[in-house]
Amino acid sequence: MNDERRTVAHGQVESLDTRHIRADFPILAQQVNGKRVVFLDSAASSQKPIQVLQAMDDVYRCAYANVHRGVYAFSEAATARYDQAREKVARFIGAPSAEQIVFTRNATEALNLLAYSYGRHFLRPGDEILITELEHHANFVPWQVLAQERGLTLRFIPITPEGQLDLDQLDELLTPRTKLVSFAHVSNVLGTITDPRPIIQRARAVGAAVIVDGSQSVPHMPVNVSQMDCDFLVFSGHKMLGPTGIGVLYGKRELLEAMPPFLTGGDMISAVGFDGPRWNEVPLKFEAGTPAFVEAIGLGAAVDYLSALGMEAVRTHEREITAYALERVSEVPGAKIIGPTDPQIRGGVVTFTLDRIHPHDLASLLDGEGVAIRAGHHCAQPLHIRLGLNATARASFYIYNERRDVDALIEALYKAKSVLKR
Amino acid sequence: MQDLYREHILDHYENPRHHGVIERADISHEESNPLCGDRIRIDVKLGAEGDRYCIADAAFTGDGCIISQAAASMLLEDVVGKPIDEVEQIEPQHVLDLVGVPLTAARVKCALLGLKVLKTGIKLWKLQHA
Repeated sequence: MNDERRTVAHGQVESLDTRHIRADFPILAQQVNGKRVVFLDSAASSQKPIQVLQAMDDVYRCAYANVHRGVYAFSEAATARYDQAREKVARFIGAPSAEQIVFTRNATEALNLLAYSYGRHFLRPGDEILITELEHHANFVPWQVLAQERGLTLRFIPITPEGQLDLDQLDELLTPRTKLVSFAHVSNVLGTITDPRPIIQRARAVGAAVIVDGSQSVPHMPVNVSQMDCDFLVFSGHKMLGPTGIGVLYGKRELLEAMPPFLTGGDMISAVGFDGPRWNEVPLKFEAGTPAFVEAIGLGAAVDYLSALGMEAVRTHEREITAYALERVSEVPGAKIIGPTDPQIRGGVVTFTLDRIHPHDLASLLDGEGVAIRAGHHCAQPLHIRLGLNATARASFYIYNERRDVDALIEALYKAKSVLKR
Repeated sequence: MQDLYREHILDHYENPRHHGVIERADISHEESNPLCGDRIRIDVKLGAEGDRYCIADAAFTGDGCIISQAAASMLLEDVVGKPIDEVEQIEPQHVLDLVGVPLTAARVKCALLGLKVLKTGIKLWKLQHA
């Protein structure tokens, strides 16, 4: 891929050349309801560039056989590509080694792996888990279940009226009993970007392990686990140009080694006798059964694509389009932005309500104009309870979105208002 | 854009028929659509018609999208006076016909929430009075 044709000089920072990027996404050339596709739901799942589709297609056509099994050419070729994908992902997030990258189905499975393996092994009755009010259900329900099952206490970092984590209460919430802290790097509803370092440092001081949910950060901004010094990071491939069915758990080596397996079966053992099994080394200890290696290879291609653009440029692009969207949406009479209005601390997610129009009606009306947004509680019901809202509308942006997509959104919002105005 | 939001649907949304609560109702049941948070409660006052129970009066409250609330209004307008055995046999398609506009799969659930609440309410009442 030609790096230079995709970024254009824009003041001090490089921004993205969306025209060239869009040409790599065949789905964006389609029409919906006779209209140009305006896809504003990448926070739920992103579209895929041809480079990712081709990388996967090429495995099936040219190098497909089960990994870690055969000593014949196809298996060795597939295994080599699978291993390369793991190395690419490790480099992408600044992990010290590829062995610290565990492939899972998605971030949800990675969090469940941690709840089952780390949580059930290391936490004792009376211990505390600290999460936040703004978590996605994936970083909420596994801990609720674990707490109920093991007699643990689940505590929550509250949010401020502006939609940021209220860290003034952190010292009170972190106690010697706190064994685990887990939080979203970027909120999938409010877009709030949380600086993970102060939380990690203060959690470390009480001896708690820290999980960062990078589902909405890894696809959109530079994330470096070594600088951040988190114990675990989870994210999904399908939100970052990769296919569905592949996600990542990064962990500190000594923790991964101390944790028992999550799922058991083939590939995760080094030997099985009638008296019992011996576990394989990390990361294979956590990858029972034939892994989704074609999807992992697809994720590797996605990482290549993003790396060629440069994650700083990706973030700059999203900050610009988010700033523009925040400005334009807030100009629509009756629109109310939910979450921080400062694009410096907001990821590419603009959540709002419009008059008293139910977000589902709004999404249906916008769909008629070819504009795809998300409506509902975005798998964050506790946060919506805190906000006092049943549902919200959310437009989210990625590398292929342009200002004219925001313009189309605004035009569709005015149309929706006129249809429902009586 | 207007297809889904034709005049009669907006009319039922803004001027819902049988809206409110019934004091000392025989049946009161409420459900939410976990996907979107739409919520509907239906109260029913039963009457006897020969040896059959029928819906003497019904009323709903709730919040949610236009489709869910308008469909509940249309449904209650349709069922008042009918025997409950007959109401239990109402097919989802009947409600979709009342709504009368093409719905995508996600929105079908909105339209059918009222029917689900009503049928479950009748079923629970029957279990208690068997």
